[in-house]
Amino acid sequence: MLSNITIGQYFPGDSVLHRMDPRAKIIATMIFIIAIFFADSLVTYSIVAAFTFGCLGLSRLPVRLVWLSIKPLWIIIVFTLAIHVFTTPGEYLFTYGWLHISREGLNLGGLMAGRLIFLIVFSSLLTYTTSPIRLTDGIERLLNPWKRFGVPAHELAMMMTIALRFIPTLLEETDRIMKAQESRGADFTTGSLLKRAKNMVPLLVPLFISAFRRADELAVAMESRCYRGGEGRTRLKELQYSQLDTYGIGAVVLVSVVLAVLRWGFGI
Amino acid sequence: MSIQLEHVTYTYGQGTPFEKTALYDVNLTIHEGEFVGIIGHTGSGKSTLVQHLNGLLHPTSGTVTVNGVDLVGKTEEVKQTRHKVGMVFQYPEHQLFEETIAKDIAFGPKNLGFDEAEVERRVREAMQFVGLDYDTYAERSPFHLSGGQMRRVAIAGVIALDPDYLILDEPSAGLDPFGREEIFGEIVKLHKEKGITVILVSHNMEDISRMANRLIVMHQGQVLLDGNPIEIFHNDREKLQSAGVDVPPLSQTLQALAERNIPVNIDRVHVNEAVADIYDYLKEVHHAK
Repeated sequence: MLSNITIGQYFPGDSVLHRMDPRAKIIATMIFIIAIFFADSLVTYSIVAAFTFGCLGLSRLPVRLVWLSIKPLWIIIVFTLAIHVFTTPGEYLFTYGWLHISREGLNLGGLMAGRLIFLIVFSSLLTYTTSPIRLTDGIERLLNPWKRFGVPAHELAMMMTIALRFIPTLLEETDRIMKAQESRGADFTTGSLLKRAKNMVPLLVPLFISAFRRADELAVAMESRCYRGGEGRTRLKELQYSQLDTYGIGAVVLVSVVLAVLRWGFGI
Repeated sequence: MSIQLEHVTYTYGQGTPFEKTALYDVNLTIHEGEFVGIIGHTGSGKSTLVQHLNGLLHPTSGTVTVNGVDLVGKTEEVKQTRHKVGMVFQYPEHQLFEETIAKDIAFGPKNLGFDEAEVERRVREAMQFVGLDYDTYAERSPFHLSGGQMRRVAIAGVIALDPDYLILDEPSAGLDPFGREEIFGEIVKLHKEKGITVILVSHNMEDISRMANRLIVMHQGQVLLDGNPIEIFHNDREKLQSAGVDVPPLSQTLQALAERNIPVNIDRVHVNEAVADIYDYLKEVHHAK
């Protein structure tokens, strides 16, 4: 059951998007996320949709993954939709007791839900096409200029890397302890909530012990390899900024400018 | 009474890019009373295989039956049957969690719903079996023991389930030679005195050759060899090597001696017996002079 969880969501591949520099991808994603909020009409929404699905096509990811990324957040999407549909005043299309559905509400709800969906799909493109390690590398490099203002860029990135590195290890450990306790008749899946919480003790105690043991071992291993923070540290795989990244950011900026001009210049 | 695997295939992460088939069409019957050693290279599928034997994994295709009961499903009968197969994982001491040793060992029998008196009887018996004195250790914390003792507590926790079959995955990993001898001594005792069917997973051929009366060699998710260990050492050394394992050092030495026409019994699996053979031979040579 635990093997079903995709870690960091990364989906290996060799598409244009996979090959882009993580820094460029993070910047491009941030720009486009802002640009999504420029869109407020059918025309601009179509442009956002076309660009999002265009990128999706470029990434060569199975379309099923898009659905997987939206699925855990469907409650928020439906909630947003409902709030807008039921609370926006305007021309009522349908009334039941104190519940009203207005044309304006439907419009606004649809737009907001659409915005959320594009937001989720586009940002999950980033995590689907970038391995967790490259992602942290990118974040570290982007945070570097802020170092002189006291942002511990390297430490943050190292913590993230270690956390990511140990997710699969701890999952495996959890799986093994669960199996071991199940072989001794433990039951993790049935019973009341309280009973189930109690049943977790035989899983959580060994898991915590092993997490601390591993942290300890890792600290020793890092120290014995002379780890002393980020200063003067070089990399095995340097991030390479290429032509491709310029095109990528350029495309996003272009689309954003078009969206902004359409909205404020032409009022569409 | 037996465990039967028919056409068992198992694939990890089916439907993802990380899909990997760990077992291909495995057919096996493990009979009651056997002492089976399973050996294989890392990634040969041996751990996946044994997890099928008590229903922790269900085959992607094929069936596993224990004493005639198919392990798929959640009926009471399936549950009861699964507990007939005890499983000791690698580093079992990592699963200890209770405040006292006695409580930890009691976890299994309590889950099976036995009354207090029966639980205590089983805890006592299991502790005695692994050589831990009840009065001395019962109320101690399992986390203050040595590695070898912790492992014995963990094994006692499985023995307390009173299984018909006992699977042990690398039970001696990470122990010093004394700890290993003790653990193996207890396993052999369980097999002989309680008549438990033992399935021992290991990559140490010497351990298996000393204890097991049946050897199963796994290679790339399939059963490569299955039979009496001595016969396999005689006839299939090349196949063994192709699977990344070899006959134990003792047998290698004896075979090398035999090739030089020195009359030794190449079927010896205990070092001291082989040493006695060689000593006798040397004495004879000496007297002849």
